[in-house]
Parts: sequence; structure tokens; C-alpha cells
Amino acid sequence: MSTSPVTARLDRGVPRFGGFKLAIVRLEIRRQLRNRRTVFFTVAFPVFFFLIFGLNNAYASDPIGRGNESAFIMISMALYGTVLATSNGGATVSVERLSGWSRQLRITPLQPSAYIAIKMATSLVLGLVAILSVYIVAAFTHKPSMPLGLWFATGAAIWIGSLLFTAFGLFIGYLLPSENVMQLIGFALMLFSFGGGLFIPLSQFSHPLRVLATYTPLYGLNQLVHYPLVQGSFNWSWLSNLVSWLIIFTVGATWRFKRDTARV
Amino acid sequence: MAERDVVPRTPPALELKGVRKDFGDVHAVRGIDLRIEPGEIVAFLGPNGAGKTTTIDMMLGLSVPSAGTVSVYGRTPLDAVRLGLVSAVMQSGGLLKDLTVAETVEYTAHLFTGARPVDEVMERAGISLIADRLVAKCSGGEQQRLRFAMALLPDPDLLLLDEPTQGMDVEGRRAFWKAIRHDAQAGRTIVFATHYLDEADAYADRVVLIREGEIVADGSAAEVKALASGRAVRATLFGADQATLRALPGVDHVEVHANSILLHCADSDAVARYLLTQTNAKDIEITARALEDAFVALTGSHARDESVQSNADEVLR
Repeated sequence: MSTSPVTARLDRGVPRFGGFKLAIVRLEIRRQLRNRRTVFFTVAFPVFFFLIFGLNNAYASDPIGRGNESAFIMISMALYGTVLATSNGGATVSVERLSGWSRQLRITPLQPSAYIAIKMATSLVLGLVAILSVYIVAAFTHKPSMPLGLWFATGAAIWIGSLLFTAFGLFIGYLLPSENVMQLIGFALMLFSFGGGLFIPLSQFSHPLRVLATYTPLYGLNQLVHYPLVQGSFNWSWLSNLVSWLIIFTVGATWRFKRDTARV
Repeated sequence: MAERDVVPRTPPALELKGVRKDFGDVHAVRGIDLRIEPGEIVAFLGPNGAGKTTTIDMMLGLSVPSAGTVSVYGRTPLDAVRLGLVSAVMQSGGLLKDLTVAETVEYTAHLFTGARPVDEVMERAGISLIADRLVAKCSGGEQQRLRFAMALLPDPDLLLLDEPTQGMDVEGRRAFWKAIRHDAQAGRTIVFATHYLDEADAYADRVVLIREGEIVADGSAAEVKALASGRAVRATLFGADQATLRALPGVDHVEVHANSILLHCADSDAVARYLLTQTNAKDIEITARALEDAFVALTGSHARDESVQSNADEVLR
């Protein structure tokens, strides 16, 4: 066998970064934003919730740590919208496998790891859109109050922390090849949000339920993103909750991903 | 090394050696040896379930043979895909419904290095006019031409088409093949799977007939059609003379085992008449050959379509 086979075109090369390109992320974002349900749940829904709960004069101006209750609710709602956006971003793999798009991509130079990188980048942008929508609308209401630096600190914490839910979305997306995976994720995140104390303070739960709630995936992240505002004593169990779930989701997603891309 | 002195030889566009593929107890591909030279247009003809798609998957590196090797221009299928040497139009699926036609092509173009311009491939596939349409709103034929446009992006040396006109109406099929034929003039190697005999006949230089995971015939369309048109004649004949039998008109193959003879021929009536009138042959049995069975299965539904069509034409007159 000749070591340098002659081909009709000699100038062929393999793309850099396994085929990852920002132009593709841009197309993915355009595609996601075209989906009205995605936009409704990740942008309109959290903004609407903030307007209902975050402006309630009965408690909105009550002080909490370095700000007020309205700022606290703003952070909760932004976190909710963001994890929904990043989960959905990850879970699009489910629809793509079902439609044969993943198979189509396998007959292009795109490497599976670059595909995941595209999903993560897209999720991060969509997550940012969700955070900004809540924070900007909230700012216009003049209700939330906290030092300017904390708007950025909490926003950044939500943004980076939401990557946990990209892993969650990828895991579920690879696990369940179904058109209904988005509904399932919406339902799961609703439960996680209650468990994490995003909608109702955990202090209002009964004791056994409160203990159970501290093991749910949004608990640690929710406590951590509020910490700059609430201050007080730092509880290391928040971080161990976050890290544990990150490991679970990442290992799960990697396991399913490897199964999916194995060539048999 | 001595090899250095040898003038580099262009490797075959596609080479399969002893390729088998088993799924558990199912032997989808049972040992295929095939060599396709650059520039050939080859039809993979066979009924559903013959192993065509399984074989094409292995040519693309989507699956790995249970035994044997596949090489594309002397490389592994995976390398060939990464370099854009080979691309394919798959049977169905593989499109995102919420992208437009142009966005889908653009997306795919970004995945290759040195891809052809998006406008150019859309023009060649005949989808320029529907560029802004959402994929979900495209007909089956339009989606297939979109897949074709995507396959053209890397300017592949080898293009594989898996049942490309499956589910298309007559007009769609015509438009699709027009685009392919136009493109083939560039000297690309094209291999397409089909179960339409007329498609193989009209568009391929060479027809590889595949059945139950094996190649049963390989040649020009005319050769394969000739093979398919014959019949087998069996008889009991004492003292048969092979040479005389072979000399009969239309006989292409003769087997003599003890007192039984087997002839493959184009005109079984003439052979039967000869055997009955000129020899002592008895127990004469005429059967359609297995290959013809395959072709009946292959072309049966299509022939029926045509007869329906001609009936309709008569009614109109």
C-alpha cells in the first residue's frame, strides 16, 4: 500500500478544534430562540414570576443581608430561568438523535467532543439571556436593592453555576430519546426549584421535607448564588451538594455519550 | 525503500475485502468483495433488506464490519469522512426541522475545511429558490435535494447515495436525478443504492446486484439485465453432450451431473423443443432463475405502477 495515496484533491485538511466554530453556536442560538416555548419558559416565565412575587409591597422592601427581599427573589427567578435554559440547551441532543441529525453530523468532520462544546456554549449564551432579562426588567422596577457589585457577583454566580444543568440536560437528553424530554425537564426543574427553595423558603417546609430538600440538585446552587446578598455563615454542605450533583450529571452524561458515539 | 521508486498508483475509490456484518444471529452482509475505481458511477441494486444500507454505513464508518476491511481512496472510512473525501445522502431524517434550508447548508459548511460556497451547492442541488424555507415545510423531494446540497459541500471524491429517491413522486425523482447527472460530469465517483431497476439502468455505468448480503451479479446494466432475463431448464438425459447443448441458441451455461442436465438460457422454449424432439430427454422442468425471482421482487411493484399508469392513459384517451 502506498504511503501517500493520490486523491483527486490534495489540499484536504481536517478542521481545527474538532469542528467547533462560533458561527455554529450563532446558528444554534438563532434556532433555539425560534422555539417559542423555549423563549416563553426561559425568559417570559421568570420575568413574570418576578413581577408577581418580587414587587409585592407586603414584603418586597424587607431587608435581607446587604439588600432586600425583592433582590432575593430576583436572584431566585433568574436562577430558575437560567437552569431551564441550560437544561433545555443540553437536552436538544435528544431531539437531534431522534431526527437523525446526530447521525448526519457523524458523516462530517465534527468530533463528538466539539459537538458537546457547541451545546455548552449555546447553553451559556441562552442562560445569559435568561439572567439579563430578569435583571434588566427588575432594575427598571427600582424595587430590588443591593450594592451594584452584587448584581454582577450574583449574576456571574448564576451563569457559571448553571453549567451544572447543561450536564443535567445532556444526561437526560442522551438517556431519553423522546420529543417529550423538554416537558419532563420542565417538570423535574419545577420539583428541583421547590426543593432548592427557589419558590418557597425552605423554613416553611416540615422538618423531614426540609432535610430531604437539602439533597436536591438546586439546593446547593441556590444557597451559593444568594450568599453574596444574604451573607452570614457559610455552609460547606452547599458546595458539597453542588459538587456531588455535578459529578453525578457529568458522569451520567459521559457514560451515555460514550455509548451513543461508539461505532458498532 | 523500493516502494519509493514505484510510481504512486491511485488507490481505488472504494475497496471492500471480505466484508461481513452480523447483528447477533442475523447475517446482514455475508462477505462482500468489491473494488470501485475513481470516476465510476455504480448502482447498488437489491430489494429491501438486502444489506445495502448496512454496507453503505460501513463505507462511511458509521458502523464497523464484523470481518473484512473497507477502504476509501486507500484510507479508513473515518479518515475519509474527516477529510471530506467521501460524503453521503442518507435515506431519511438527518435534518433539523427548525432551521431553514440555507441555515442547514451553512451549518454543515462550517464543519468542513475549504467547503464549497453555500450559494454554489444550493444552486447545483436546485434549492436556491427555497433557501429561506423552514426544513419542516419542505417536501420529501426538496429535503432530499437539501441533503444532496449538504453532501456536495466538501466537494467529495466519492459520493454515496442511499435510496436517494425513496418516497419521491415522479417529478421529484426526475429533478433529483437531473441534479445528480449534472454533477457527475465533474468526474466524481458515485455509488447509489436503489431498488428501482430502471434507475440503475438509466444512471449507472455499472450495476452491482446484491441480495441477502451477497453480491449476486456485477457488470454493466445491460449485462446484469441479460443475466436476469434467462430461465433454467432441467432434464434427465442419458449420454448428454455438453458441447452440443452449449451450442444451442441462447444457452449461456451448461452443467451435466451423471444423467441430469441443467441449462441456463435466454429462450427456454427453443431449448425444450430441442430436447423433446431431438433427444430422449425426460422430466423436463423449466424454472425462472433465482436472479429473475430477485428482479421480479425488485421491479414487481414498479412494473405494477407502470401498468396502472398505462391503464390510466388509456382511460384518458
